Amino acid sequence: MKPEHFVVPPEWGWYIVWYFYLGGIAGGAYLLGTLLKLRGGLRDVPVSRLAFFLSFAAMAVCPVLLTLDLGQPGRFWHMLIDRSHGGLAFKYWSPMSVGAWVLLFFGAFCTATFAAAVAQARGSEPKGRLGALLRIAYGRGFLAVGSVLGLFLAGYTGVLLSVSSQPLWSDTWALGGLFLASGLSVAAAALVLLARWRHADLATTGFLREVDGSFITLELMLLVICFASLGRVGIEYARWPWLLLWLLVLGLSVGSLVVRKRVAGGGVVPAATMVLIGGLALRIVVVFAPQVHA
Amino acid sequence: MARTVGFFTDTTVCIGCKACEVACKEWNQLPGHEPLFRDSFDNTGKLDEQNWRHVQFHERGTPAGGVAWNMMSDVCKHCSDAPCMAVCPTNAIVRTEFDTVYIRPDVCNGCRDCIAACPYHVIGFNGSKGLAQKCTFCYDRLQRDLEPACAKVCPTQSIQFGDLAEMRQRATARQAQLQQQGVHEARIYGEREYGGLHALFLLTGAPSEYRLPDEANAVLPRRNNVLGYLGALVTGCLAVLAALVGFRERRKEA
Repeated sequence: MKPEHFVVPPEWGWYIVWYFYLGGIAGGAYLLGTLLKLRGGLRDVPVSRLAFFLSFAAMAVCPVLLTLDLGQPGRFWHMLIDRSHGGLAFKYWSPMSVGAWVLLFFGAFCTATFAAAVAQARGSEPKGRLGALLRIAYGRGFLAVGSVLGLFLAGYTGVLLSVSSQPLWSDTWALGGLFLASGLSVAAAALVLLARWRHADLATTGFLREVDGSFITLELMLLVICFASLGRVGIEYARWPWLLLWLLVLGLSVGSLVVRKRVAGGGVVPAATMVLIGGLALRIVVVFAPQVHA
Repeated sequence: MARTVGFFTDTTVCIGCKACEVACKEWNQLPGHEPLFRDSFDNTGKLDEQNWRHVQFHERGTPAGGVAWNMMSDVCKHCSDAPCMAVCPTNAIVRTEFDTVYIRPDVCNGCRDCIAACPYHVIGFNGSKGLAQKCTFCYDRLQRDLEPACAKVCPTQSIQFGDLAEMRQRATARQAQLQQQGVHEARIYGEREYGGLHALFLLTGAPSEYRLPDEANAVLPRRNNVLGYLGALVTGCLAVLAALVGFRERRKEA
């Protein structure tokens, strides 16, 4: 039986689409930076730093986008502080509430790691208390916690949509995983392009491309699971004009896998660019389809 | 004085006069929108930030070949297990001492998560104020021991107001009366949906005819919390595993 919805859309638009996209990159890049630092070798160090720079740049835009989307941007802090009694506003059962807190904590972790990476890149780590703090921010435990927060940031946005009464969003539980896999693949693709631009070690770039292939495969599997869980609702939202965007997402994901195998030299730039565009198209179709359809 | 209040809307006696809409706008100082002119007497359209009451007009064919009108004055249901209140990240949406659901305008920051969560298309976004708005159950009137404006003016008693328990009794009695009179399709809506509604409706058709989700479709948004996070957790674990395998493969090749 097809679920019935009698709702109005929340009118979440481009700010939210870009937040979902950049949040995925920020979280994904932080995880990749951590893995390269903790499990990689010396040759991976420059790309690891690059990943933390990318993560910080993407993360820094996120709160701005969220604040601009509010009807009352000056009240952005109401997400964290309950205005009526001055205590904390936190609801573990509300993904938006949890997400606001995770963005705050991830922002702190991301900024600290960024500062540590900058200091290391300059080769001039500050002495004293600041130096000690930066060493902690680049340490195993700190990076591991930051990665968990980053993964949460990349994936909770899908859960946020699912925990609603809107058609499509609430009819599947797979959006969290889908957005996370997509965020990771987009972050890896962006990092591949940055590494190439910075003439990074070829083995590191090759590793990132291999991992990106796995992330894209995971994303494609989740896309299938998502449509399987949607049932007849999926068919409704896979019609014209949304069909074009779904095909674009599918085509670019599969295409990027094909390009890296078939094109001479691995088609590094085209394959990565396809992943970047596909990730954005996914968020556009998921965010807008049920809202415009309504 | 604190008490658990409710509405009982008997759609069989609604005459579509829209006095409830006017009284609501008057009391709550809602300017409203330009009226819609379509193939219907319904020129309000829908519940939103300006329309906290909306009289729906439905035309239905009768067995005799005629056309019967079904009118229903729709309103916020003030759900016992309110999805809007559950998701609101700022705690702007609260339960009052009358057990009704109220949006505090000084706390709401216009994130619109409540609009996404409301299964009854009740809440609207006021762009000029930057706030989400909906029926307050005339909270200010309740505090002064007055009944809500819509119930006060309803000329046919289609909208009744009182203690929720009493409203339930009245709804049950009216349903029994109608069924005795041969209206076998008479049913009460709102006894179980979302933990029980504070706005009960007596309907003579399927809930979907009145743009209300039936019991099977009246599901809480939070049901997707656990599975959604679990799906993301499994995805995250698989992704990290794939990366670790990638490192191992690279080491083997080196």
